[in-house]
Amino acid sequence: MEYEAVIGLEVHVELKTASKAFCSCSTAFGAPPNTQVCPVCLGLPGVLPVINRQMVEFGIKTALALNCTIAPICKFDRKNYYYPDLPKNYQISQYDLPLARDGYLEIEVDGVKKRVGIIRVHMEEDAGKLIHGEEPGADYSLVDYNRAGVPLLEIVSAPDLRSPDEARAYMEKLKAILEYLEVSDCKMQEGSLRCDANVSVRPKGSTAFGTKTEVKNMNSFRALHRALSYEIERQISLLERGERIIQETRAWDEQRQVTYSLRSKEEAHDYRYFPEPDLVPLAIEQEWIERVRSTLPELPDARRERLIKDYGLPEYDARVITGSKALADYFEKAVSLFPDPKQVSNWLMGDFMRLLNAKGLEPQDAPVPPEGLAELLKLQQEGTISIRIAKEVLEEMFATGRGAREIVEAKGLTQITDVAQLTAIVEKVLAAHPKVVEDYRKGKEKALGFLVGQVMKETRGKANPNLVNQLLKERL
Amino acid sequence: MEKGGFKSLELFYLSAHEAARLLKNKEISAVELTREILKRIEEVEDKVKAFVTLTPEKALEQAKAVDEARARGENLGPLAGVPMALKDNLCTEGIRTTCSSKMLENWIPPYDAFVVRRLKEAGAILVGKCNMDEFAMGSSTENSRFFPTRNPWDLERVPGGSSGGSAAAVAAGEAFFALGSDTGGSIRQPASFCGVVGLKPTYGRVSRYGLVAFASSLDQIGPLTRDVTDCALVLQVIAGHDPLDSTSADLPVPDYLAALRQDIKGLKIGVPKEYFGPGMDREVVSVVRQAIDRLSDLGAFCEETSLPHTEYALPAYYLVAPAEASSNLARYDGVAYGFRLPGKDVVDMYMKTRREGFGPEVKRRIMLGTYALSAGYYDAYYLKALKVRTLIRRDFDQAFEKYDVLVTPTSPTVAFRLGERVGDPLAMYMSDLCTIPVNMAGLPAISIPCGFAQGLPVGLQIIAKPFDEETLFRVAYTFEQATGSFRRWPEIGGVA
Repeated sequence: MEYEAVIGLEVHVELKTASKAFCSCSTAFGAPPNTQVCPVCLGLPGVLPVINRQMVEFGIKTALALNCTIAPICKFDRKNYYYPDLPKNYQISQYDLPLARDGYLEIEVDGVKKRVGIIRVHMEEDAGKLIHGEEPGADYSLVDYNRAGVPLLEIVSAPDLRSPDEARAYMEKLKAILEYLEVSDCKMQEGSLRCDANVSVRPKGSTAFGTKTEVKNMNSFRALHRALSYEIERQISLLERGERIIQETRAWDEQRQVTYSLRSKEEAHDYRYFPEPDLVPLAIEQEWIERVRSTLPELPDARRERLIKDYGLPEYDARVITGSKALADYFEKAVSLFPDPKQVSNWLMGDFMRLLNAKGLEPQDAPVPPEGLAELLKLQQEGTISIRIAKEVLEEMFATGRGAREIVEAKGLTQITDVAQLTAIVEKVLAAHPKVVEDYRKGKEKALGFLVGQVMKETRGKANPNLVNQLLKERL
Repeated sequence: MEKGGFKSLELFYLSAHEAARLLKNKEISAVELTREILKRIEEVEDKVKAFVTLTPEKALEQAKAVDEARARGENLGPLAGVPMALKDNLCTEGIRTTCSSKMLENWIPPYDAFVVRRLKEAGAILVGKCNMDEFAMGSSTENSRFFPTRNPWDLERVPGGSSGGSAAAVAAGEAFFALGSDTGGSIRQPASFCGVVGLKPTYGRVSRYGLVAFASSLDQIGPLTRDVTDCALVLQVIAGHDPLDSTSADLPVPDYLAALRQDIKGLKIGVPKEYFGPGMDREVVSVVRQAIDRLSDLGAFCEETSLPHTEYALPAYYLVAPAEASSNLARYDGVAYGFRLPGKDVVDMYMKTRREGFGPEVKRRIMLGTYALSAGYYDAYYLKALKVRTLIRRDFDQAFEKYDVLVTPTSPTVAFRLGERVGDPLAMYMSDLCTIPVNMAGLPAISIPCGFAQGLPVGLQIIAKPFDEETLFRVAYTFEQATGSFRRWPEIGGVA
């Protein structure tokens, strides 16, 4: 039987407000443990929460970008559960009256566009972080409350995704939108973007849902894709063996590349939600919504269309470039200095991204700024260096942070375009390889490539390849 | 002023506003007055046991500072140099705040509650933190994990609760006034039992920031005082909007002292019949009826009325309050502060800590509340209780279309004997029968002494519309001025 997967994603996004959701502590990442805390986010006796307006505004912004309807009145609720990283042993969240509902975002996989429903967007506070003693025999855990109370948005998709590819495309698109809105750092490795998945399978063509499992602990797009692929396969093979799928929560084990059971449905928490009595319901006036709407930046889809129209980029290039706001910003800046969009796009999608990924960096943190790339491309366009040398220079720029011209000059990489100098080398190569020259004259076209290569070798890659070709052909 | 026929010029039985006047006129210094109170505490505290923590050194230091500031001619607050006591669920920076619980026995807050800050700014001097039912759950102060407080009028009787220590301290001359908190009657019922004035302001009138939460939608801080003027004076200091409490009302605070007028002519007073029925002590009812007659004599129009959903208030309260409490008290887990009993893992530590750290009544309410919020029971219990709450509020709304205030007994009985109800939670819960509906509706209500039954004080409860504390004060003040003879002070076990 052929099966199809049904996937819904629950995404948690840390909002980059200056202060926490319900107190004025800083939200900055990476401070020494328990230095960004106060009586409120520590949940000391007697304290009360106060809603951070910036959090609500970021929430509205995101919900609008996801085409949601903002609730005129929403409220906060308490989600009760015990965990040592949760100072009050309840989380202030939103239950039955969330900030926004009924939106969608559009993804494209293998050229097929698809609209994925957003069921709801709500605000809540993050928990702290447990640090378990690591030395041998350690039997303690420490708690860092810096993150406790940092505002989160939970964005719940409809079960509209049908494959790990679609799930990844959804996450990538959502991340791009959040970045464009500048509401979150979206760093999965730092935990500012997290995702859980509800997964089930069913015979293709069926409209009923199968029994689902919830998969947690996927800390990268790759982990998401692998975990979903694994879980779908696991469920299908269970069904094919005639076994039943158990409704449960599972975790992705990155080391072993498997999902494993965390808890069954029977062990599931009863969160005993009830309205947060320390906060009054939040009324969001239409005027506020409209004001936020008017500040919405250009979003990925609009920017993609603009790059196609204004720069003549192919659809594929435009999609890749606008997939990250920082990359698109980089692109536009570089093009403003080196007005050959397709060239810039080729370089960005090729060597630039390869070097960036190798360093694990985001475009905005690249050691080569757009000015640097533009300078490099100019050197190549002028003929000062060859493409091959340009690639080497870019690598050097990434490694050392030095400018293109500086590297070219210091290393003497300037292209040899002097006809007399090159003619001498060409003659030398021809003389050294009479057999190859013979082959070429007999019609073996490939032999020319060898000879070009030999000239390049002699010049350590600096010879102008067009000139070398020309000179060789003249003599053959 | 009559003081039970005993020594009539004791400084420690002055009202707060009288004391403030003496201080202002430099007829006495803050240090002298504080010493007087500390001496009184030394004499009677062994018998009354009103305090969990005494702060004599800090008090004298503070008094000295007030005297020095006055000598420099500085502009001082309305309570400058007046010794006070605080219920031990109000956070005081640097002074332990226990909630009379083992859980917080050694917890020292790093911050002051909003009301504490306001009182400090007004110049009041803290002499100590008052005993209470653990986490404010109880009606007799017997649920304190440390010791019970005694009623100054009869040391074999309870002072009421949960603000029993605060009421007893004021009645015993151990402080000129005190603050308590009232979730279901915890200021008014002990005020009534101890023969003092106790006010629960409108929900939202006073910031709850720094009040250790019991049931957040019901809790409200208020004064316990010797007379109505003091009550207005203290409310003036502690009332007002606090941006740190989202449920505090952003409304102007009226001049409460200006509301103290001896005039209730033509005022319409409703007497809800449900508060005079079964379960009410006959003598108490009779004293309250006389008080109502007195209000008529003073020119008010008094008439029987009905609040039909009154009988559902108590059961609904015992769902809403424990539900909120179960969540509010979840933070006491031994992880970051307070009492901890180590365990073999974190869950074991939670269980041991909470089993040992909380007393039986607190655990009972946590269980009740957890149950009421549980999946499958939420609609039948918690949600239903919220609906009842709406009906109760509507009863009051309708009554206030017709009446300016409502009057009832504060408690069905006078102070009962120590131990009399500890084994019978339901009997204990019944002592809040008359006060709970007011919390459920978020209204302001005051309890003032209105006579004696079996030689023990009886309280008259006056209930007003939301944020109309002024009318409460007006009625209470008029009654008080006309019946000064009820203002007597007890002879404490032979000391007075």
